[in-house]
Amino acid sequence: MGLLLLGIACVAAGGIAALAASRSPARASRLAAAGVVTGAVLGLVAAGRVLLTARTEELVRAWDVPYGAIVLRLDPLAAIFLVPLFVLSALAAVYGTRYLADEAAHHSLGAHWFHLCTLLAAMAVVLLARNAVLFLVAWEVMSLAAYFLVTFSHEREEAREAGWTYLVATHLGTAFLLAMFVLLGRAAGSLDFDRMRQAGLAGSPLATAVFLLAVVGFGTKAGFFGLHVWLPEAHPAAPSHVSALMSGVMIKMGIFGLILVLSLLGPPRLWWGGALVGIGAASGVLGVLFALAQHDLKRLLAYHSVENIGIITLGLGLGVTGAAAGLPVVSFAGFAGALFHVLNHALFKGLLFLGAGAVAQATGSRNLDRQGGLLRRMPWTGGTFLVGAAAISGLPPLNGFVSEFLVYFGAFSAAVAPRGAVVVALVVIAALALIGGLAVACFAKAFGVVVLGEPRSTRARDAHEVGRAMRGPMALLALACVAVALAAPLALRLVAPAVAQVATALGVPAAEAPLVGATAAVTAVVWVFLAVIAGVALLALARRLLLRGRAVTRAGTWDCGYAAPTPRMQYTASSFAQPLVDLFSPLLRTERHETVPEGPFPAPGSFASHTADLAARAVYLPLFAGAAKALGSLRWLQHGRVQLYVLYIALTLLVLLVWKVAS
Amino acid sequence: MFEAHTLLVGLILVDFMLLASSRLGSCIRQVAFQGLLLGLLSLAEHAGWGAPWRSWALALGSIGVKAVLFPWLLRRALRDADVRREMEPFVGFTASILVGVVMLGASLWIGTRLPLPAGVVSPLLVPVALFTMLVGLFLIVARRKAITQVLGYLVVENGIYLFGLTLAEDAPLSVELGVLLDAFVAVFIMGIMIYQINREFDHIDADRLTSLRDEAS
Repeated sequence: MGLLLLGIACVAAGGIAALAASRSPARASRLAAAGVVTGAVLGLVAAGRVLLTARTEELVRAWDVPYGAIVLRLDPLAAIFLVPLFVLSALAAVYGTRYLADEAAHHSLGAHWFHLCTLLAAMAVVLLARNAVLFLVAWEVMSLAAYFLVTFSHEREEAREAGWTYLVATHLGTAFLLAMFVLLGRAAGSLDFDRMRQAGLAGSPLATAVFLLAVVGFGTKAGFFGLHVWLPEAHPAAPSHVSALMSGVMIKMGIFGLILVLSLLGPPRLWWGGALVGIGAASGVLGVLFALAQHDLKRLLAYHSVENIGIITLGLGLGVTGAAAGLPVVSFAGFAGALFHVLNHALFKGLLFLGAGAVAQATGSRNLDRQGGLLRRMPWTGGTFLVGAAAISGLPPLNGFVSEFLVYFGAFSAAVAPRGAVVVALVVIAALALIGGLAVACFAKAFGVVVLGEPRSTRARDAHEVGRAMRGPMALLALACVAVALAAPLALRLVAPAVAQVATALGVPAAEAPLVGATAAVTAVVWVFLAVIAGVALLALARRLLLRGRAVTRAGTWDCGYAAPTPRMQYTASSFAQPLVDLFSPLLRTERHETVPEGPFPAPGSFASHTADLAARAVYLPLFAGAAKALGSLRWLQHGRVQLYVLYIALTLLVLLVWKVAS
Repeated sequence: MFEAHTLLVGLILVDFMLLASSRLGSCIRQVAFQGLLLGLLSLAEHAGWGAPWRSWALALGSIGVKAVLFPWLLRRALRDADVRREMEPFVGFTASILVGVVMLGASLWIGTRLPLPAGVVSPLLVPVALFTMLVGLFLIVARRKAITQVLGYLVVENGIYLFGLTLAEDAPLSVELGVLLDAFVAVFIMGIMIYQINREFDHIDADRLTSLRDEAS
């Protein structure tokens, strides 16, 4: 515990040092990155030790705050979330030193690094806190720090809008959490999580209320579809290393909170699992569909975060279903798949966001249709982006496949199990299959349009590879994606203590059998990976042998045999996705603005398309417009007379006092 | 000199005078006098001359700030703004006194019902504290000039300070100093604001600030 706290202190100290050194942006960046990297190494050692030994470390101190207590506990569940937090934060900080170097003229980097370090330290405390007051304080600090990071480019209208959307969303979510903790605290007579667990709420209507509040409250942070509206705004607005951290780690805090509350509630109801599976399926499918319709690279990645949160939730739902139906294997595979996917998503989504940042910096635009042909100009960025794209699509031999495979494994076990849960299993299988296929299509589009083909803009033609401090983290993340996949059985062993902790809390009897079964299955998968790698290597070898001694000419991509092709003849992002977008048009409602060329001498034509968010369009805009209209009728209260404002306050206080005294 | 009862009755009288006077200059003097009474009261709480140095420091500090510094600041603002009287208050002066009587009655009633720690100096202390707060709030609500509003806030602060005296044993020095600092900063800022309002609008009527509110969109 001491080691971990020291690490968190290092991170915080880095932030404060950066703030103190704001005068020299380069030094501020270096100081902050040094603090984060040191802290991350210390934290990783501490978390790794807990995962290896499955031992829990604890620190308890009294705290002056009413109902508060400093209860920090490093258990396997916290550790499994701390690992991606520290890995990604160290790499993102190193990347940020170079990425932000050009911004130093317009923005205070010291403040930025301070907020970044605050975010990281607060997330670590969220993972460790086992008292509701401490948890909520850390949660708020985390949310606010993220707000300041999103509004880094505050001179842009778009960033300020995104910041507001995020701030409103996160506070609405926190309101639900507050209600939830109050309910739990009243039932338990204390705001310590241990007391809540001992209160024995399982099966009561209160437990259901708490579960629903947790789904909404934590779901807002995690980005369940319907509660995700802030994600596609905030991720593109933030600097890329911040997007990587927010998408890779911060939204997982919502998942962590959900698991935490589930483990406080004890044995779950069967329908909770079904509800989570439904949410997961909706998030996954709709997330990837909306991603498919985007033209902005980072917005596309943001919708993929919704999709991956969906996959994680499918795993969770399966785990809960398994726990409620008494199927230990299903429960184990579901939770293991979910937790493993948390780690994997941090790796490949972090990698993709860093890659998107590199692309945006090299070509000056995030628009897919301004890119192209970057593989030759930016081989590191292009190559690592390929690894990330393959991993997020769940293709072998990469880590995304392993965690999705575990969820499949659980779903098939549930489907053939003698007791219920068949419907849930089938929904999981169908949703995962649909998500997987659409994700491949989406990344074929993103990778093909950005990295392959011919440059679609002059900036893309003149693009150069980014600096070493940006290449290094991307290369390491790509390496990690492959390494985790090949060492999957080992990784599963590290996830197992956390899964066991959750399963035990949900009332599943502890057993070795599920772990053994899953390990065997995953080991078989690794052999398939090795076969795939060997096959690719063989093909590459064959290509070399066949081409030896022959002249190889390079022609323009997509030139289709034209004598004078232009890059504008290539597939665009929207034309590539059009068949699928048309297929799902009832959901996507893509707006098209087109002038079609007609007749033998056509006038210049044009085409533009825009896909507004389903939840924002159908729910939030009408809701907020209605609220504004309803509250508008109260405007007479705001008349600007200071005296009457004070009168309102004084009368309210007086009435409350008299009421309290008289009763 | 340190008779708590006498001082408290004095405070009530000062409160009523505040409600009744229209001259801004005499209002400031009354608030200054109130500050002096408060300082003496906090000594009375701690056994008169034999009080520990901490109480003396607190008393002298509060007298210095409330009875000397604030009035000086306010009088200067008053001179700059060139106003003498509270014309056309929202509630007339006679009516104000009647309201004051009602508030005093209410305070006495509430004072009997509040659960309080044992060993309070005088049974009058809590009602007077409440009454002073209410008078302060009333001044803010019922008067038009910005400077009377500042005085109102000061009177509210005095009431809070009085209330704090009931808990003097428990409330640490730092809390009282904090409240004092708050009030000091508030008065300082308001002094500047009065000056600015006067410069911008040629008067210091706070009700004209309505023009600053958001317009309905």
